[in-house]
Amino acid sequence: MKFSQEKLNKVNEIIARYPEGKQKSALIPLLHIAQEEFGGWLDVPVMDYVAELLHINPIEVYEVATFYTMFNMKPVGKYVLEVCQTGPCMLRGSDQIIDHIKNKLGIQAGETTPDGLFTLKPAECLGACGYAPMMQLGKFFKENLTIEKVDALIEDLKAAAKN
Amino acid sequence: MAVKLLLDKAHIEGIRYYDTWRKNGGYTAVEKALKMTPDEIVEEVKKSGLRGRGGAGFPTGMKWSFLAKPEGVPRHLVCNADESEPGTFKDRYLMEFIPHLLIEGLIISSFALGSSATYIYIRGEYAWIPDILEEAIAEAKANGWLGKNILGTGFDCEIYVQRGGGAYICGEETALIESLEGKRGNPRLKPPFPAVQGLWMRPTVVNNVETLAAVVPIINMGGEEYGKIGVGRSTGTKLISACGNINKPGVYEINFDLSVEEFIYSDEYCGGIPNGKRLKACIPGGSSVPIVPANLLFKTAKGETRYMNYESLSDGGFATGTMLGSGGFIVLDEDQCVVRHTMSLAHFYNHESCGQCSPCREGTGWMYKILKNIEYGKGKMSDIDLLWDIQRRIEGNTICPLGDAAAWPVAAAIRHFRDEFEWHVLNPEESQTRNYGIAHYADPREVVA
Ligand SMILES: Cc1cc2nc3c(=O)[nH]c(=O)nc-3n(C[C@H](O)[C@H](O)[C@H](O)COP(=O)(O)O)c2cc1C
Ligand code: SF4
Repeated sequence: MKFSQEKLNKVNEIIARYPEGKQKSALIPLLHIAQEEFGGWLDVPVMDYVAELLHINPIEVYEVATFYTMFNMKPVGKYVLEVCQTGPCMLRGSDQIIDHIKNKLGIQAGETTPDGLFTLKPAECLGACGYAPMMQLGKFFKENLTIEKVDALIEDLKAAAKN
Repeated sequence: MAVKLLLDKAHIEGIRYYDTWRKNGGYTAVEKALKMTPDEIVEEVKKSGLRGRGGAGFPTGMKWSFLAKPEGVPRHLVCNADESEPGTFKDRYLMEFIPHLLIEGLIISSFALGSSATYIYIRGEYAWIPDILEEAIAEAKANGWLGKNILGTGFDCEIYVQRGGGAYICGEETALIESLEGKRGNPRLKPPFPAVQGLWMRPTVVNNVETLAAVVPIINMGGEEYGKIGVGRSTGTKLISACGNINKPGVYEINFDLSVEEFIYSDEYCGGIPNGKRLKACIPGGSSVPIVPANLLFKTAKGETRYMNYESLSDGGFATGTMLGSGGFIVLDEDQCVVRHTMSLAHFYNHESCGQCSPCREGTGWMYKILKNIEYGKGKMSDIDLLWDIQRRIEGNTICPLGDAAAWPVAAAIRHFRDEFEWHVLNPEESQTRNYGIAHYADPREVVA
């Protein structure tokens, strides 16, 4: 397991943003790239590889990776539905959205469907309170959700996964 | 007519891009500022009365003047774009739609503070925004506003965008600095303050996105003119992100002489409450500030009109007032349950506690469990006093203000809505099937009618 040359160039570009000897600052950006490149989660060998790239101890990577919610410490589905459940979203019906997804997909919070397609990950405030209820799907937000929009989204993703 | 200083150009097609921005007066502030001395810029910001827009409202000019300047040690400006306080989504709007305003503010502020490597620390979940910012930075650089020897001044400056990894606590400035150094987001003990030992132990200023954007109009119009806009010590304008049970959620630039009532009901702003529902309560400055019932929202305890500014919102202290905070304005209508909402916030703070201080780590989890019991019909009367006692013991006893931020919402909910908590305890079954409603917090508009 190794980054492509293109990613390695990106890694070097990021490290160059910090003063000499402060390359550890690149850790979180590198973990994002690693998670994207190596299957959506951070397995121990992946974290060790990042440690090696930054010349730091593996434990320095583990303690950071486990602190931040965006890093998955176990395998996740192809699509991770991160539905905000905090106050402002709750006021606009996020509970119903989460319950609907649980029923529709037959999974609980934090679980993945048996076909490996969907993980439901309730999230805390994502900064989209005015466009609630909402979820994060990969890089983007899906906002102003309704039950119908969630149904359509899940169907679209299922279709996309087949192609 | 409301004065707009930040969003005045937001409606212009293509304003995200350099050419359009420049054609509409963009980068004139940088031109002007780079002809001034750094100290003159700090002086303008002081004169403007600008107060930090990240939540605490600390005077920006004063903060800048505290920056230590030891010989031969680089200094840094860090832009706080972590924006994770529930109810707050204003910085996102600025960065997504008018990124050059922020870049301009960053160049001027970097020059004033002597930062040649400036970092924007943006919450990791805003994953598409770094692309927008980096594009704007590249455009600015291509046009000579960034890089080496800017406008022949001898000043070099680069701006870098750094994504976080998902942690509310990284909005706290010392946790942010730790995170930027590639560590867990554990707030530091102060002193030393960042102004003396911040990023990589170098003197550092951390400012909110909106604060740094406001430097642009301050330079364009002059600090004194900026200071004339507003009311008392609330100068300039403020972005408010409005959400919850209102007809028109979104980001608004307001003037500080706008009444809270007009903000909620005018069509220019929130447009009232959907479905003819009555107003129950409001959290006007992000989830950390005290919730106030409708009867204390439009008028202060003294019966004066309440306005959307620092002083008026906090009139009456925590007993009957609240705070402007970050401007995350959350409205609750009559169908909302204060116990449930408080429980949700308690879960948030428990989830986001970094775990360094026992009152915060243990107290937030304990409060959540008790609130959950009360919400689900398993609470006891003594639980309400216990909650009060726990929040009181967290407040002021922790390394960073997250402890206070977790305690205040619980305290305010009990202070103003104790009867709703008691009703849950006394009616464990009924409370599972219906909401308590509005009770005596009658919507003041209805009383008048
Ligand atoms: C728990 C916690 C979270 C915070 N989150 C943010 C945030 O997301 N954005 C922000 O600008 N300031 C946040 N702050 C305030 C910062 O610590 C700091 O005061 C601010 O960035 C200073 O900038 P300003 O003076 O321009 O407001 C937070 C503070 C605490 C205690
Ligand atoms: S108050 Fe809470 S979040 Fe802040 S340092 Fe202590 S444990 Fe961490």
